[in-house]
Amino acid sequence: MNPERNPAPRPSPGPRPGLPAWRIGLAVGAVSAPTAWALAASDEIGRWTIALGIASSVPCALLGCYLVLRRMSLLGDAISHAVLPGIAVGFLLSGALIGPAIILGAMAVGMLTALLTQLLSNLGRVPEDASMGVVFTSLFAVGVLVITNAARDVDLDPGCVLYGLIELAAIDSRPVFGLEVPRSFGAMAFALALTIGFVTLLWKELSLVSFDPALATAVGISATVVHYALMAMVAGVTVAAFEAVGSILVVAMLIVPAATAHLLTDRLPRMLLVASAVAVLSAAVGYRLAVLWNTSVAGMMAVVSGGLFASAVVGSPRHGLLGRAWHRLALSLRIAREDVLARLFRAEEESPSRPVASGSARGWASSAAGRLVGAIALRQLRARDFIRADEVDSVALTGPGRDEARELVRSHRLWESYLSTHFDLPPDHLHDPAERIEHFIGPALRAELSAELDRPDADPHGRAIPPEGTGNG
Amino acid sequence: MLTYNTLIVLLGTGLLGANAGLVGSYAVLRRRSLTGDALAHAALPGLCLAFLAVGQRSLPAMLAGALLSGVAGVAVISGLIRATRVKEDAAIGIVLSVFFGAGIVLSRVIQNAPGLGNKAGLDSYILGKTAGIIRQDVLLIGGVSAVSLVLIALAYKEFKLTVFDPGFARVQGWPVFWLDLMLMGLIALAVVFGLPMVGVVLMAALLILPGAAARFWTDRLGPMLALASAFGLVTGLAGTAISAHSAGMPAGPIIVLVGSGVFLVSVLSAPRRGVLGRALSAWRFRRELQERKLLRLLFDRAEADRPALRPIDRSAILQGPSGPPRRLAKALDRLIARGDVVEPSGPGGPIVLSDTGMERARAVARGYRLWERFLIEYPEQASAMADLSRESVAEVLPPDVVRELEEALRKSGQWPEDGTGGRSS
Repeated sequence: MNPERNPAPRPSPGPRPGLPAWRIGLAVGAVSAPTAWALAASDEIGRWTIALGIASSVPCALLGCYLVLRRMSLLGDAISHAVLPGIAVGFLLSGALIGPAIILGAMAVGMLTALLTQLLSNLGRVPEDASMGVVFTSLFAVGVLVITNAARDVDLDPGCVLYGLIELAAIDSRPVFGLEVPRSFGAMAFALALTIGFVTLLWKELSLVSFDPALATAVGISATVVHYALMAMVAGVTVAAFEAVGSILVVAMLIVPAATAHLLTDRLPRMLLVASAVAVLSAAVGYRLAVLWNTSVAGMMAVVSGGLFASAVVGSPRHGLLGRAWHRLALSLRIAREDVLARLFRAEEESPSRPVASGSARGWASSAAGRLVGAIALRQLRARDFIRADEVDSVALTGPGRDEARELVRSHRLWESYLSTHFDLPPDHLHDPAERIEHFIGPALRAELSAELDRPDADPHGRAIPPEGTGNG
Repeated sequence: MLTYNTLIVLLGTGLLGANAGLVGSYAVLRRRSLTGDALAHAALPGLCLAFLAVGQRSLPAMLAGALLSGVAGVAVISGLIRATRVKEDAAIGIVLSVFFGAGIVLSRVIQNAPGLGNKAGLDSYILGKTAGIIRQDVLLIGGVSAVSLVLIALAYKEFKLTVFDPGFARVQGWPVFWLDLMLMGLIALAVVFGLPMVGVVLMAALLILPGAAARFWTDRLGPMLALASAFGLVTGLAGTAISAHSAGMPAGPIIVLVGSGVFLVSVLSAPRRGVLGRALSAWRFRRELQERKLLRLLFDRAEADRPALRPIDRSAILQGPSGPPRRLAKALDRLIARGDVVEPSGPGGPIVLSDTGMERARAVARGYRLWERFLIEYPEQASAMADLSRESVAEVLPPDVVRELEEALRKSGQWPEDGTGGRSS
């Protein structure tokens, strides 16, 4: 909620208020502790499986951030399905499940998917979702056909392509510098390095295109080129992750960590970090749970990332359901409290000697958000010593309460005067908008309103506008 | 040739395709094509859970489970969109992949568990096995299709309104939420019964392809639904037939590819919305523009020396500053061939408008000058008007404005009166 707007981009953002150290520590601990436990609890093969999972899902998570931000998640879905024929043909040509031929073939088909989808929706005037559905299902059908038909004799079965076999990938190893390294680890590590390189090298371009493609085009960065480069990268990491998790669960790796991170933070660098952390956590915890229940590792990784996403949906401080409910409750309480204070102030103003029955105070407090909120608000007011309840069942403002109330009433009446002079609203239309806005007018705005209106003494109804906080009056 | 088994399979896939085309049309129109895909993926965990709960392969239980978890997936999607900052695309992707992951976890648990009855068949829900269709399946699909057909027939108007203008429907007091849910339920039914035959991914194709293809041929909902059902039927039948006749061709992918073929043909060759049709009409329009321009130029010439009508040199018209002369020359040839322009002193000689040509030229000149005058008098309206050259003035502007413009033109002597410049006058 930054009231000032900068029309021109600032040359240097300057030092930003960083996160408090305890929160960073908490986050690092929350990721590394389960990961370390998972690594420690596993045997040699298990550790390699976790490493494979991390190496294949982190690049997906990084690129997925851009897909989610650009609202193109489903293009990732489409590409991950559509690379199947690329993989099949590459496999037939080269005979290996991971290799340059397959990666190149898949990247080509991935870009083809993006291109065909675009073409269909532009040239054929098909809605974008339908054209995407048409393209990827057709390509997927071609892929299944090629695999089941031509590759029957070789070691590539549809099941592996669909669900992946990360369990077996770790067993097939060869020694590198005296260490038994799984064969596919090299390709995945390469994909990881390539992705990190891609994101760092094109950091500025990717950010600009993600948030403001029109501006990017205006300053000479071709949004189209960046778009297709991104799609090619997505296709590449999809293929690298393919052997591990299969074509459908790759979607979970692309989208779920990024969407989780998007719920937790508003800054791109942090989003990338959080998404990677979610990817790491899902790989490690997913493997342990899969071992525990003797089930599919890839599926469990998807389920764990889904669980992390669900907890972010519920518990994210700013965008989560709980966080927002809490904010709304706090706001309701504040408004109820302030309503009571302002009403008491007016009652005191009208007849200073007559006490206010506590029943009517309860009514005022409950008018905005119900009786429960009203009761809590009254209790809070008493606890903060803003009102006091007399023995004859009546309530009255205390000194600090009166100060608080005076400011509210001053806001209210200033706003009424402002509406009356600047918008020519009739007197009977002034109260309701002022009643709503009074809770959001601070001292600065009050000063500005007062100056704008030449420091008025009375509102349009003829009631005195109390002076700005001058202590007890 | 046509064995009982083949017949059953043909019937099953044909009905499935027709039903998917029917309900899928609504998904395509509602821009929910990919929600059907998510639904198909989300059905898997329910299927497995039902299997685990019942302990053996029981079709009704598994279908009920699939239906429930599919609808739950769709509900999660709309909940995420409504209550969080997650956008539709991400919500669909998340539900699709996480539910599917859960399904795979459960199906592996089932496979690894010893003594869990007949555990074959779960895999076929992912890739599909058309050959496994039996009589009971055909009856089930027939029932589902009948239910869809009856519901759509009963609530035709309501569904139509929901699909095309949900906001208006809500204002009119229709229960849009429930209607939407009902449509989703129909889609879910189609998906759940199609899953064992064509598998998860290809089911999405069956939902999308016929509807998207039919959309090209018509602008009306009724014909579109009929056409989509027909496309779906043909796709199912042809795909099954092809796969039955050639070894090593699984039916699922073939059916989808036949569907893509139908779609591709529609994209290219549908008369009005198809790519070729639109290119053709654009080409015709360009030709007509050239002719109109030529007629206008000839009329301007004739107007200058009325009441006489003098033949003029070709070059005087064709070498104007406007337009590429070659196209204009071709347009002139067409006008001569049609008899609008004559060459009194033989081919290649001077040209003059014929009587019919003068009639047409006058009409063209009137329209042109009215637009011109309109743009001079109401320049601020220009951007709000549709493609000015394509429409006639009287169709776009209110009659009183046209009359006013006519008067203005008459006063300045620019109005092509009847008979002016004509050879007969």
